[in-house]
Amino acid sequence: MAVYTHSVEINTDKCTGCTTCLRRCPVEAIRIRNDKAVIDAFQCIDCGECIRVCQHQAKHASYDKLSDLDYNKYLIALPAPSLFGQFNHLDEADFVIQGLLDMGFSDVYEVAKAAEYVTDLTRIYMADPTAAKPFISSACPVVVRLIKLRFPTLCDQLVPILPPYELAGKLAKERAMERHPELSPEDIQTVFISPCPAKVSWAKSVMEGQEVYVDKVTSMNDVYMELLKRMKGCEPGPGASPEAGSVGFRWGMTGGEAASLMNDGYLAADGIDNVIKVLDDLEGGMLGDIEFVELNACSPGCVGGVMAPTNGYAARLRLQSLGKTVVIKPNRLEDIEDVESFGGVVPEVYKEGAAFTYMPDGSPDMLKRMIEMRKAEALSEKLPNKDCGACGSPTCKAFALDVIRGEAQLADCKVRSEFDGL
Amino acid sequence: MSEALHYHFDVDGANFSNAGRASVETKKLLRQIGVPAETIRRIAVAMYEGEINMVIHAHGGDADVYITEDKILIQLRDEGPGIRSVEEAMKEGFSTAPENIRALGFGAGMGLPNMKRYSDDMHIDTKVGVGTTIELWYNL
Repeated sequence: MAVYTHSVEINTDKCTGCTTCLRRCPVEAIRIRNDKAVIDAFQCIDCGECIRVCQHQAKHASYDKLSDLDYNKYLIALPAPSLFGQFNHLDEADFVIQGLLDMGFSDVYEVAKAAEYVTDLTRIYMADPTAAKPFISSACPVVVRLIKLRFPTLCDQLVPILPPYELAGKLAKERAMERHPELSPEDIQTVFISPCPAKVSWAKSVMEGQEVYVDKVTSMNDVYMELLKRMKGCEPGPGASPEAGSVGFRWGMTGGEAASLMNDGYLAADGIDNVIKVLDDLEGGMLGDIEFVELNACSPGCVGGVMAPTNGYAARLRLQSLGKTVVIKPNRLEDIEDVESFGGVVPEVYKEGAAFTYMPDGSPDMLKRMIEMRKAEALSEKLPNKDCGACGSPTCKAFALDVIRGEAQLADCKVRSEFDGL
Repeated sequence: MSEALHYHFDVDGANFSNAGRASVETKKLLRQIGVPAETIRRIAVAMYEGEINMVIHAHGGDADVYITEDKILIQLRDEGPGIRSVEEAMKEGFSTAPENIRALGFGAGMGLPNMKRYSDDMHIDTKVGVGTTIELWYNL
């Protein structure tokens, strides 16, 4: 299994060791050690909350810089639907697509278009009466990792279809080979323009042996700055017409994916804390009859991603308006595939190569864990339980377990000093 | 391990939106210990039903979780009205939940039967006017 490569980096010069990120991390993956934040790579789900809340700009996402791209290659831009919601007074999506071409990309394949195919594939998958219900979208990589780490019983409910950015990469490469038979596969490089670091991590960390169609992942922030310069006075050519319909563009905001399924029994939620609450309730079987669950770590969907430049709620509004300027009729999978021949089964080429399986935390030596937790429980009763975070652990309970495991010292507790004798 | 790992939760009967908190916390603890996924799922479902019952019928109560090497015990204790006929209550669809609770989608009469289905063993100790204690047992 490949090691999960995270995309959140800490600048130790800027990190003051304050407790803001420590207490806001939804999975308690951060500790302050030697006055600097450190992230537990196994527990981290790449939600980017720590980047968002850091007051010292000590955290940032790592991604492929535009200046590092090899412009001698046949570069294909894969713009996320949320990119189109970033611009004021944008009457037509053509300006964005032309701007990307002017930046030096040889081609643009809209992720919004691929999303419309994902909708069709999801419908086929949901028609299988033996599949586990309710279905959970696998489009947000944060949600997928969260479920694999913390919701063992929901893993088999994730829809195992390629996420739109990955399907866009696959289809873009196929189209390039078709249009330019003189190119070899190595000459073609797909560049996903991402609103979030989680998709950077995803592309870096796919399982060994699995083919990846997204070669580079760059930041929407950086592309935005470049586009602003080029879109002024730009004259969109005939090759810059958007291919996606309003359905695809709406994938950039919460509810867009779920609504595209034309199914009444769907639930859509966003914001990492709300997502966790929905998953908890779902696992307890307390949400009633639901067919499909769409969950986005960011609010109000990908438009609110950490690497998206403008206010997410304003971006949602603009994306809604823009959706009215494009065709309503979505791209249909049957235009590119003989769907009849599928026989109601999603072909493997459209599925995630690696199964969504539960990843328990370390060795399941239950007895050892129980003894640790009993000791920690006894210790935490003696702690101040102010959850101040000054010790470097997010809560007194977490601190107790860290002490028992030898990862922290009792003397690290700054609130009380009467532990010396313990 | 001679002594059981023990956790206690207050089930707040005054706040319906808090119902389920004890089972969510328990689920987290069981996952940390490394309890098999299927056992966690069964406990989460059964304990949630029990918590909801305590809120609907008994204004809350106490939930205690005991974990040893080979068994898990979930004990739900309330000082509510008690169950008049356990035999009736165990029938699917039987419910004494008031109308306002049913309007919320609860009280379908599946609580106790579900709790039995999602546990390895269930004991009910109830006395009308005194209260109810339900024990859910799981083998590890």
